Amino acid sequence: MSVGKQHKSVVVVGGGLAGLAAAMKLAEKGCKVQIVSLTKVKRSHSVCAQGGINAAINSKGEEDSPLIHAYDTIKGGDFLANQPPVVEMCLAAPAIINMLDRFGCTFNRTDEGNLDFRRFGGTLYNRTAFCGASTGQQLLYSLDEQVRRYEPAGMVEKFEHHEFLRLVLDEKGIARGIVMVDLFNLKLEVLKADAVVIATGGLGVLFKKSTNSTFCTGAANGRLYKQGMKYANGEFIQIHPTAIPGADKMRLMSESARGEGGRIWVEGDSSKSIIGPEGHMMPCGVTGEPWYFLEEMYPAFGNLVPRDIAAREVLRICELGLGVDGLYQVYLDVSHLPDERKNKLESILEIYQKFTGDDPRRMPMKIFPAVHYTMGGGWVDWPAVNDPDRWQRYRQMTNIEGCFNVGESDYQYHGANRLGANSLLSCIFGGLVVGGEVERYTSNLKIGCGDISSNVYDAALDAEQDIRKDLMGRNGKENAHCLHDELAELLVRNVTVKRNNKDLAATYAGIMQIKERYRDISLSDKSRFANQTYIFAHQFDAMIHLALIITKGALLRNEFRGAHYKPEFPNRNDREWLKTTIATYDPLSEEPQISYEDVDLRHLDPVERQYTSAKKVRPVLKEIPPNIQLPV
Amino acid sequence: MEKRFILRVYRGSPGRQYWEEFDLPLLPSSNVISSLMEIQRRPINREGRDVEPVVWESGCLEEVCGSCSMLVDGRPRQACTALIHTLLEKSASECVALAPMSKFPLVRDLIVDRSAMFENLIKAHAWIDSEGAFDRGPGPKISPKKQQMMYALSRCMTCGCCVEACPQVNSKSKFVGPQVISQVRLFNAHPTGAMQSETRLKAMMQEGGISSCGNAQNCVHVCPMKIPLTESIAAVGRDVTLQAFKIAFEE
Repeated sequence: MSVGKQHKSVVVVGGGLAGLAAAMKLAEKGCKVQIVSLTKVKRSHSVCAQGGINAAINSKGEEDSPLIHAYDTIKGGDFLANQPPVVEMCLAAPAIINMLDRFGCTFNRTDEGNLDFRRFGGTLYNRTAFCGASTGQQLLYSLDEQVRRYEPAGMVEKFEHHEFLRLVLDEKGIARGIVMVDLFNLKLEVLKADAVVIATGGLGVLFKKSTNSTFCTGAANGRLYKQGMKYANGEFIQIHPTAIPGADKMRLMSESARGEGGRIWVEGDSSKSIIGPEGHMMPCGVTGEPWYFLEEMYPAFGNLVPRDIAAREVLRICELGLGVDGLYQVYLDVSHLPDERKNKLESILEIYQKFTGDDPRRMPMKIFPAVHYTMGGGWVDWPAVNDPDRWQRYRQMTNIEGCFNVGESDYQYHGANRLGANSLLSCIFGGLVVGGEVERYTSNLKIGCGDISSNVYDAALDAEQDIRKDLMGRNGKENAHCLHDELAELLVRNVTVKRNNKDLAATYAGIMQIKERYRDISLSDKSRFANQTYIFAHQFDAMIHLALIITKGALLRNEFRGAHYKPEFPNRNDREWLKTTIATYDPLSEEPQISYEDVDLRHLDPVERQYTSAKKVRPVLKEIPPNIQLPV
Repeated sequence: MEKRFILRVYRGSPGRQYWEEFDLPLLPSSNVISSLMEIQRRPINREGRDVEPVVWESGCLEEVCGSCSMLVDGRPRQACTALIHTLLEKSASECVALAPMSKFPLVRDLIVDRSAMFENLIKAHAWIDSEGAFDRGPGPKISPKKQQMMYALSRCMTCGCCVEACPQVNSKSKFVGPQVISQVRLFNAHPTGAMQSETRLKAMMQEGGISSCGNAQNCVHVCPMKIPLTESIAAVGRDVTLQAFKIAFEE
């Protein structure tokens, strides 16, 4: 029987912006979608995005354009992003904003009733649309509502409080479904599918002290990697310069605090000096006066330099002993702003007050950098519009046929560093692209999942039963949560803002030891109902492998590019390192094998990424194809 | 000496719930979540017995996802913002009590099943009837004032605190609770959403709809997002009455 005569069934794993955008588009195209999510999709980590979403609508007469947006994104990513998908994303952004506006998303308005835009990091243009200071929440709700519309008709079915455990692969290695676990009754279950979309977000929880939600373990990508999925650019982890230190997590203080005029400072100390961005020594401000070090070092971008730069400078300042109260923290000050600007920031200022008891309207906040975004992720294909084999390949498809990857869990769009307000855009754009590509893929499938031998599904289920038996039966002395503490501490110390090869090598060896000790865990809960200890122990195996990928990639990459800063090699080295890192799982050694792939630079030659002087360039992007079809 | 406090947790499975106490370190930044995480690392109760770690739901830990609703010292709220120091000061004790919300089916320990609220969003037609996910130009113009009103309503996390606090939500009533009523107001306020306002108002006229509100006003006091729920109930109540007249007149 041909699959063409029935609804194609697609499993979407993850219900954040990328997963919901994909589900919405797929349902619209007549596919039957099953969404698998750790939580109610409305609680996905996308809600945490505060600042906004970029689109070069040029509403403020600045002669902004999508191609300048693409230029900023490519340059901000230090030229590690493949350029065709970035260009298409930026071209689609205005239409995506309009679509969300029609969905009723509560964007802030101008007095004329139009969408308002503000300025964000890494650009000189007002191109960031926003909803108060909880843009991610509002965008997610808009897509959640549009997806809910398809539920009564049965076009979308949700499996919430379920976790993806394994891809079902047929004899040819083609994805034919998944094995999942019900997080309440722990039942293992198979979902058959003609295609599987992975949209599971980032892996910040690996580092524990991150701005990510508790769901963001990266486990899905770790499991897929062990099943043969290529993982790209693992070493590129964005550190957000401004987070509120806390016992359970680092809470984000949005870039919008600086976008609205917030200033970063410490008490100056003219007896100390520091090497400025252009290589000459400069004094550390004036003793007894606030030293606005970012404004002094980067006069053009000031407090709105890209995130990696801000994070590094904050760390350097603290290493000189200039941190507030002698600790690793600096001031982020909005107390001088007029009330209407503070009101725009109300919800993020509230967060600060809730968790510290201090009122940031009256006194400066204390902040420090924290792990924030995963630029790397599942390797995915992107045939460009004028590639001769454009219609033989599928965008956003991993190296595993039938398995797509999108959103923060893929590696596209952001290169070595993501610009503020580009993540929401890339998630929605990627999701819409997946909608079209998956529909095309399933239409071309010769054999549908209904015609696959049941042995294929039974074998996948058996494999998961065996893992459960093994985990539940372990009786060692280690606690997986305590091992997680140790892993996170190693990673935060050696694989975040500043990296050096000696420590990276030691970290890799340390992770290998944790991997050994993980065999010796025992579960403090062996019950068969809502057992979070078992669930976490299962996730932790995948997390260990991701930690190896990140650390090995960082160790090998001897240069400074974007978020990957290695003082031993203080310059970007395009000749040797302008290439994508690819990690492949070696089942024999159980370690990552690293190879490299060229970056697609067809539209823009690499230029120096500098932010010390401001010039609104009119960038020329080469060979933009005239026949680009946007997914909206 | 290290400061400590007692965490009392009402835990267990349906029909088998009991109180269990944990003796935990008290740090300046301790909150309910960091305390539960500590139990995961050292699952030993106050009597020194090895026990199963407490299970609970949490997500963003920034009070925007709605996951970690529970009763903290008897009050429904998000656990992530429940600072231990503040709670101890308020209760003038050395003890903090946690319990699962009571108006939703219990799963285990502090986890309850809040699916009913999401099903109500379907019944209430809580979305904009867009033509689809493609470009049709911008949406309707909306004044900043109206945007602010809609934004305040749209921040609802479906956390369930208002439902838990409402005395009208109980085993003898079918009342849907404040959350979904406020969503009706939100979508009816949008220029495009208003085209389906009758559908939503009719849903609110069913048994367990808006007429079951007893005006206790507990909802608005416990809402972590400070959503003007009582204003929403009043506004939707007026519209439902007008709609009822309209239906009677047409008949």
